[in-house]
Amino acid sequence: MKEININRSKKEVVILFAGDSGDGIQFTGGQFTETVELFGNDISTFPNFPAEIRAPIGTEAGVSGFQLKFGSVEVFTPGDQYDVLVVMNAAALKVNLHNLRQGGVIVANISGFDSKNLKLAKYIDDENPLTNDSLENYEVHAIDISKLTKEALKDSGLSVKEIDRCKNMFVLGFIYWMFSQSPDNTIKFIQHKFKSKPEIADANTKALKTGYHYGETSETFTSRYEVKPAPLQKGKYRNISGNQATALGMVAAANHNNFELMYASYPITPASDILHELSKHKSFGVKTFQAEDEIAAVCAAIGASFGGSLAITGSSGPGIALKAEAMGLAVMLELPLIVVNVQRGGPSTGLPTKTEQADLLQMLYGRNGEAPMPVFAAASPKDCFDTIYEACRIAIEHMTPVVVLSDGYIANGAEPWRFPTSKDLKTITPRRPDKTDFLEDKFLPYERDEHEVRPWAVPGIKGFEHRLGGLEKELRTGNVSYNPENHQEMIRIREKKVNDIALDLPDQIIHRGNEGADLLVLGWGSTFGSIERAVKDLIEEGISVAHIHLRHINPFPKNLESLLRSFKRVIIPEMNRGQLSKLIRERFLIDAISVNKTKGIPFSVEEIKQAILKHQDHVSTSA
Amino acid sequence: MSVQVLNSSGNGNPLTAKDYATDQDVRWCPGCGDYSILKQVQTVLPTLDIPKEKTVFVSGIGCAARYPYYMNTYGMHSIHGRATAVASGLKAARPDLDVWIITGDGDALSIGGNHFIHLLRRNFNVNVLLFNNEIYGLTKGQYSPTSPKGKVTKSTPYGSVDHPFNPIALALGAEGTFVARSMDRDPKHLRDILLAAHEHKGTSFIDIYQNCNVFNDGAFGLFTDKATKDDHTLFLEDGKPLIFGKETKGIKLDGFKPIVVSLEETAADECWIHDPKDKIKASILSGFFEYDMNQGALPRPFGIFYKNERATYEDLLTEQIEDHKKTDNTDLDKLLSGENTWEVK
Ligand SMILES: Cc1ncc(C[n+]2csc(CCOP(=O)(O)OP(=O)(O)O)c2C)c(N)n1
Ligand code: SF4
Repeated sequence: MKEININRSKKEVVILFAGDSGDGIQFTGGQFTETVELFGNDISTFPNFPAEIRAPIGTEAGVSGFQLKFGSVEVFTPGDQYDVLVVMNAAALKVNLHNLRQGGVIVANISGFDSKNLKLAKYIDDENPLTNDSLENYEVHAIDISKLTKEALKDSGLSVKEIDRCKNMFVLGFIYWMFSQSPDNTIKFIQHKFKSKPEIADANTKALKTGYHYGETSETFTSRYEVKPAPLQKGKYRNISGNQATALGMVAAANHNNFELMYASYPITPASDILHELSKHKSFGVKTFQAEDEIAAVCAAIGASFGGSLAITGSSGPGIALKAEAMGLAVMLELPLIVVNVQRGGPSTGLPTKTEQADLLQMLYGRNGEAPMPVFAAASPKDCFDTIYEACRIAIEHMTPVVVLSDGYIANGAEPWRFPTSKDLKTITPRRPDKTDFLEDKFLPYERDEHEVRPWAVPGIKGFEHRLGGLEKELRTGNVSYNPENHQEMIRIREKKVNDIALDLPDQIIHRGNEGADLLVLGWGSTFGSIERAVKDLIEEGISVAHIHLRHINPFPKNLESLLRSFKRVIIPEMNRGQLSKLIRERFLIDAISVNKTKGIPFSVEEIKQAILKHQDHVSTSA
Repeated sequence: MSVQVLNSSGNGNPLTAKDYATDQDVRWCPGCGDYSILKQVQTVLPTLDIPKEKTVFVSGIGCAARYPYYMNTYGMHSIHGRATAVASGLKAARPDLDVWIITGDGDALSIGGNHFIHLLRRNFNVNVLLFNNEIYGLTKGQYSPTSPKGKVTKSTPYGSVDHPFNPIALALGAEGTFVARSMDRDPKHLRDILLAAHEHKGTSFIDIYQNCNVFNDGAFGLFTDKATKDDHTLFLEDGKPLIFGKETKGIKLDGFKPIVVSLEETAADECWIHDPKDKIKASILSGFFEYDMNQGALPRPFGIFYKNERATYEDLLTEQIEDHKKTDNTDLDKLLSGENTWEVK
């Protein structure tokens, strides 16, 4: 028996599981996630699907990945560079090696590196990276996973194909061993999942255990890693992805406040999962409407809103472009509506499976005429819940369409979520029409309260019959009006209504660091994790830097300007060409510096640190 | 009107057409066919057993689409081509409402073509009134998807080269469950068809010939002028033979080919007997359009081409929801916690 020490205690580890789409990579990653969550680690995960649905097996285009970072400290992102790269074939190594840190661990399936696979992965002259010296700088564990799994399951009675499908469980077992995690949770899961097929359940369990024992008995390893539980806030947790959180936020807003939820959408990556998730919750009275196109979807939502539903439409860049005209209609009608944009790389079809934040100005301005709409952005997977819930409240209480921005990164990414109970949810109170909304016996659908909110009168109520429409409205009566003074006044009112929403929203907080620091990193949306981590690390190193993250982009928080002015310099990292910077410069005449990245992948923590250090240097030398 | 008045305004008095009119000035051109259609609808509504506050008119954009402003019910004047989509969402959300869609030939068949066919396919229980004037009125006279080939308009000074849509054939092809045609100049017929459309459970589509006396005057003269209408119109009635021309002519089928016969030689009951449930015959009837476009050989049918029951979208949707309410989780807290939770103590 060899000596194995758990001598490599780690604060954080980044793992990438990679292989063919058919290798069960997402399942493997999902199981590992569940296990370490139960153990008490903090974690952030990100699946990376190939762009093609069924790319040829063994090729680079067909590689699917599941990245995760787990730790004994608070984890903000799925990580920059991998510490451990698990590859089921040559193509998976080829496309991911560049992101493995020097000295990192490679766990490779040898039979995925036969001459056929090497050819498919386009290794020159079928040169095998596992046997030449190219991986010298890494700790390589080449294991014949396929063969070992086959051997372990030779008496299982399963077909060759079925046995081969169990090899991901071997890998998982091995990785559990490597990180001193118990395979029990996954065994329980497998037994439950394949309840009706005990031979499959047993085979998977056996493969898992074989992988685990392999770690123990093989000579390859002399040490295991250990990542201690993280000091998380007390409470009950679950794992949640951004799209799931968005969907649940919608159901919660409707259910808790006795609205019927109508979600109208047309499939598009990466927004579709919201539709998929909602369509499961029929028992909550959720009505999902898969429309014939995005225009129909937003229009159906407007119809449902007129009918009194909490009406939501969701899409991604190109689909949102199609909705623009109807969003303007919603501005004119002054009906509650939420438009979710799960952004992706653009323009046009762009990079459908990659992330970007380049639709901000489209959401703010992409309509004809003066058509202001509140724009909120979610910062992380779990933040999608609070953001959409708040958007629903604002839309209903202020009678306005509201935009919610998410993106492919947080939509598909997942993290532990200390979920609320229904008691924690805010009450949403619509402004219903009453006696004050009448001129003699005539109902005034555009009578307003002090915040310019008009009443929501739903068809079916006697005495409140009225007509809405896209033509300009006369003050109070809502009748069609071409009067020049009236039009100018209505434009002013619609703008004030949206601006007044700032009074109903919390003040901006500083997420990390102090007011008056040398440098502020101002962010919005999915850059939250990278910025937060970079700023945290640099503050610990004694750098004078702070982080403010905006959820409310229109209207801006009341105190934002004074906060911003307290810093010597403001930098704004964005996955676009500087859209929030434009807004900040235009609104406050603050000389904010834009830090851009448009590669379809999120900022790494390192990139944000570099940007901070570069500009921080500038501040201290010029001061 | 011989229809029975069922509705009441709440103070014991029956509602009248006037109760459905708003205080807004109607702004169509004098002489426009839209006036007649407005009047017929206002006349029919009080006879339906539907409270005024449950009635909603949804329109797109065009001259016709101004319509909701003139109805003292709930209403929405939406955007070009999308009334069908707005109404779909409204009806899905509120199956209890009586929803009417007002649209034009450009609105429904050009910019809104996609939503139009999908509305019919889904079979929401709504009524679609297509004000078909074979021209774009509001934009001042360009040809529309129903304008005949060769039409000279502002945008086609040398005649249009577009082949027109046959709205009835389109509606049948899109799986419409109630497909009818009427016209502004025949108030009695229009009222009857409106009533039948309302009675039908499912999407009821009425192609209403409407004269735009400013940009396309007389487009339907063949069917409305005293001198020509008898020979060129055929009024369809369930169970009755297809006869026209002041009962001098009838239609028979020669295989699938409709032919005109003289009633002096053929008895009326030997003619084609109209059966609105027969979709194949309905599609042959819809094809009369092509015949008379090309040869003027067959009269233009008016009335109900096709009518058949099929489950409505909103009923199926509601049913599914009710079923799942019975069997699935309805507790929000359970939904929020999901199936895999852990506690940090
Ligand atoms: C998106 C958009 N495109 C174009 C227009 C201009 N437009 C208004 S009405 C109309 C055509 C209307 O024709 P039709 O539907 O036949 O109605 P009519 O005016 O004849 O009743 C057009 C092209 C518009 N309002 N919106
Ligand atoms: S332009 Fe034609 S359709 Fe429009 S109101 Fe005038 S007559 Fe009627």
